[in-house]
Amino acid sequence: MSVTSVFPQLERLLPKVSKPIQYVGGELGAVVKDWDAAAVRWALSYPDAYEVGLPNQGVQILYEVLNEQPDVLAERTYAVWPDLERLMRAEGVPQFTVDAHRPVIAFDLFGVSFATELGYTNLLTMLDLAGIPLSAAERDDRHPIVVAGGHAAFNPEPIADFIDAAVLGDGEEAVLEITGIVRKWKAEGSPGGRDELLLRLARTESVYVPRFYDVDYLPDGRIQRVVPNRADVPFRVHKRTTMDLDAWPYPKKPLVPLAETVHERYAVEIFRGCTRGCRFCQAGMITRPVRERSITTVGQMVKEGLEFSGFSEVGLLSLSSADHSEIGDICSGLADQYDGTNVSLSLPSTRVDAFNVTLAQELSRNGRRTGLTFAPEGGSERIRRVINKMVSEEDLIRTVVTAYSNGWRQVKLYFMCGLPTETDDDVLQIAKLAHDVIRAGRAATGSKDIRCTVSIGGFVPKPHTPFQWAAMDTPETIDGRLKALKGAINADRSLGRAIGYRYHDGQPSLIEGLLSRGDRRVGPVIRRAWEKGGRFDGWSEHFSFARWTEAASEVLPSYGVDLAWFTTRERDEHEVLPWDHLDSGLDKEWLWQDWQDSLTEFEQDDCRWTPCFDCGVCPSMDTQIQIGPTGRKLLPLTPVGGLRQSGPRQGVGGPEAGVGGVRHGVGGAEAGVGARQGVGGPEAGVGARQGVGGPEAGVGARQVGGGPEAGVGARHG
Amino acid sequence: MARRQPEANQDPVVQRVRLRYAKRGPMRFTSHRDFARAFERALLRANVPIAYSQGFSPHPKVSYASAAPTGVASEAEYLEIGLRREVDVEELRGALDTALSPGLDVLAAVESPLTGGGSLADRIDASSWRIELPEVTGEQAEAAVRAFLDASEILVERLTKQGRRTFDTRAAVHRLSASAAPSEVGGAPCAILELVVRQVTPTVRPDDVLSGLRVVADLEPPVPPRATRLAQGALTVQDVLVDPLEDSLEASATADRQQAVIGASSR
Repeated sequence: MSVTSVFPQLERLLPKVSKPIQYVGGELGAVVKDWDAAAVRWALSYPDAYEVGLPNQGVQILYEVLNEQPDVLAERTYAVWPDLERLMRAEGVPQFTVDAHRPVIAFDLFGVSFATELGYTNLLTMLDLAGIPLSAAERDDRHPIVVAGGHAAFNPEPIADFIDAAVLGDGEEAVLEITGIVRKWKAEGSPGGRDELLLRLARTESVYVPRFYDVDYLPDGRIQRVVPNRADVPFRVHKRTTMDLDAWPYPKKPLVPLAETVHERYAVEIFRGCTRGCRFCQAGMITRPVRERSITTVGQMVKEGLEFSGFSEVGLLSLSSADHSEIGDICSGLADQYDGTNVSLSLPSTRVDAFNVTLAQELSRNGRRTGLTFAPEGGSERIRRVINKMVSEEDLIRTVVTAYSNGWRQVKLYFMCGLPTETDDDVLQIAKLAHDVIRAGRAATGSKDIRCTVSIGGFVPKPHTPFQWAAMDTPETIDGRLKALKGAINADRSLGRAIGYRYHDGQPSLIEGLLSRGDRRVGPVIRRAWEKGGRFDGWSEHFSFARWTEAASEVLPSYGVDLAWFTTRERDEHEVLPWDHLDSGLDKEWLWQDWQDSLTEFEQDDCRWTPCFDCGVCPSMDTQIQIGPTGRKLLPLTPVGGLRQSGPRQGVGGPEAGVGGVRHGVGGAEAGVGARQGVGGPEAGVGARQGVGGPEAGVGARQVGGGPEAGVGARHG
Repeated sequence: MARRQPEANQDPVVQRVRLRYAKRGPMRFTSHRDFARAFERALLRANVPIAYSQGFSPHPKVSYASAAPTGVASEAEYLEIGLRREVDVEELRGALDTALSPGLDVLAAVESPLTGGGSLADRIDASSWRIELPEVTGEQAEAAVRAFLDASEILVERLTKQGRRTFDTRAAVHRLSASAAPSEVGGAPCAILELVVRQVTPTVRPDDVLSGLRVVADLEPPVPPRATRLAQGALTVQDVLVDPLEDSLEASATADRQQAVIGASSR
């Protein structure tokens, strides 16, 4: 049965809503496939407004990976703004995909990527608009399988009622495996219906199906145990890890929207994972081990991504970009390649290190200079030891002064408030630090024309981190410290004038804390908040603290717990945590030890440069660190054709030709690997497993691509 | 003294090209800013040797003539670009058309003088529109148009960037007529308005004229009307709109196509 587009109905509503282009689709890179020819159909979503959801890397990667399969169709859907939601309800227009405007209910799978828990209410809006029952228990064979992914899926218990399944970890291979299971089940005539399909997914041990697990509680409200309620599902569900990022060079064809979005750039993940060990950082904990993308693959992706998209900005993404083993060569190589082209390069997420200023300078060589942000996270040396952010005050001042001396007049410093063991003084130290930065900057440059912005966010303890046991501070405590900090910054009027101060109040953090570390009893709170109108909770103009506290006080007392129980209560070592049956690879005993080390201000080194400290990930996940250096370099790009010149002047063009119209030089000796690079010919191995040295390579376990001979650069040939 | 960011030295403009483009179908929901971003990316994708402005943050040399409002389709939008290297204009047109999403279509390109010759805006003093009014009968529309044309002044309100403004929508209307369209699928009636509006300040847009029809004749279309700009240009004494690309430096190779497009359906 074919499915028709809802665009004619939607089109009548669009003149009445703000920014209608976001609902129209038609992006460069978007794919519309024949519905009837597809064996498996996915609707993918990032549950926020289009302008935030479209640039999401995870959704873009899965969209491309799935659509490359000839018999698989993937489309995207985003949260609609309340103005369109009202009209869709009034006119009976269902939740639709932007690609072909097909109703979400018609798809086999509805995959939702949660980067933050504050998207949960938007999930409910999307399900409801789609006509899919909110409660997974009420769904039948007419409804898509609702799959949650993304970092929040490492504790999907608060949304366990609303989802059919959750996938932990990297999605590239997981979506293909799920697709394969669905394809086979459908081809067999869907034996056993929805239940059988979910069972097959659960048996992979990497898809969590909440309905197959029961949670028992102790009289005091804590969890007694979480156990499978049927014999054939695993006790623990494990995260997925995609090894060898060179074999997964996505996005190759980034989505280029017509509407304005939060990131207007081609983004390349230069590595995944982080072992810096910041104790608050869930991303760093759950994405281990570090897996680098090689310099040559990064170069190739940037070249092809820019040619395809026409973007004029490139972001080199990772959790701590300057930690790539060949970051210097990547930055200078790209800066050389795009010198004079008005392509700007940026390196977000850098650590506090003067080396980063050098990198940023390389990247801004062609005139465009993006801002510099450093994240000391904690105001005092003491609190930085607690969170394992090993930055001394001296480091910070030296780094920022280097930036000022090299022409930056503005830097941004990022901090957190509400960290475990934090005192008023730890936060007030931020003011002293900012004052010292401005003083040193003025002294070094002889100019008063330098500024810094202090940006401070509330700390939220996250599952699978050493701080998963920690108590949150109350919003009143946080807000009091933020206010005192403002006073301290402005206590010196001359210095205060040079310091911008941006902060978020403590209330949204408390709710994020509830949703992050909640269990299944939080599900009805989410539903209640949504029924009261909760939407777009990540947006301060839509978030209502009162709505959430009311919802919590209506629901939680019947379970003998309350909002404070989930947020400001410290857990003890033996408490069963709601996510204990979900395996991120981290050893719970190691996490506990790291939590204890935190309280004694004992720092933990990075396992890339010091011996393994047994966090547990590599042995339990059968993975290992994949880092370079590969020894390769990026080659100069030789300009190619582009538009012909008119008339007699043809051929004069020369070096000016072709913004973005660039192509790698022919192999050559500079490649550092000589003859082996040419082997594959130009068609070789797009998407094929390019690196020789996967996990099995064994030659020095920590090298990616098995040393310089590896064929990652095969396409140069 | 802190070292300032070096100013990039940009190549001079050696060729100016004026383009006419269309905003069709769902792409009519692009705002002017949306189009401008898409166009700048298309320049990069199509490998166009666009010139950049000098200074701290160089911008591609693109200037736009007044753009159709968001949600309104157009067969006649105009812009001018400055190039740092001469190119074949028809090849340029094709390359940009390919680089833009379907529905954002580059219809014609002509070279314009490097200096003098005036701006695109100087060549535009009126705009012709076609407005479809689904579920409105030809008679209803004709009666409303008669009332509109009989009035000497029709004040309407619109929210502008300066706040709510009241202005006359009658004086700028050079021509307005109504007819019934052949009935659409399902047999629902549909009226068609043909409209020529002079360029005035504040700009009188199709929705202002519709507001005027509401004021004078209570015409309240049950379904959002669909407007399409068919042409822009200089209004001659013979009552003809002259395309601003028409008598540029070089005759456009695609002039025939332009004529054809003016008569094309709005969808």
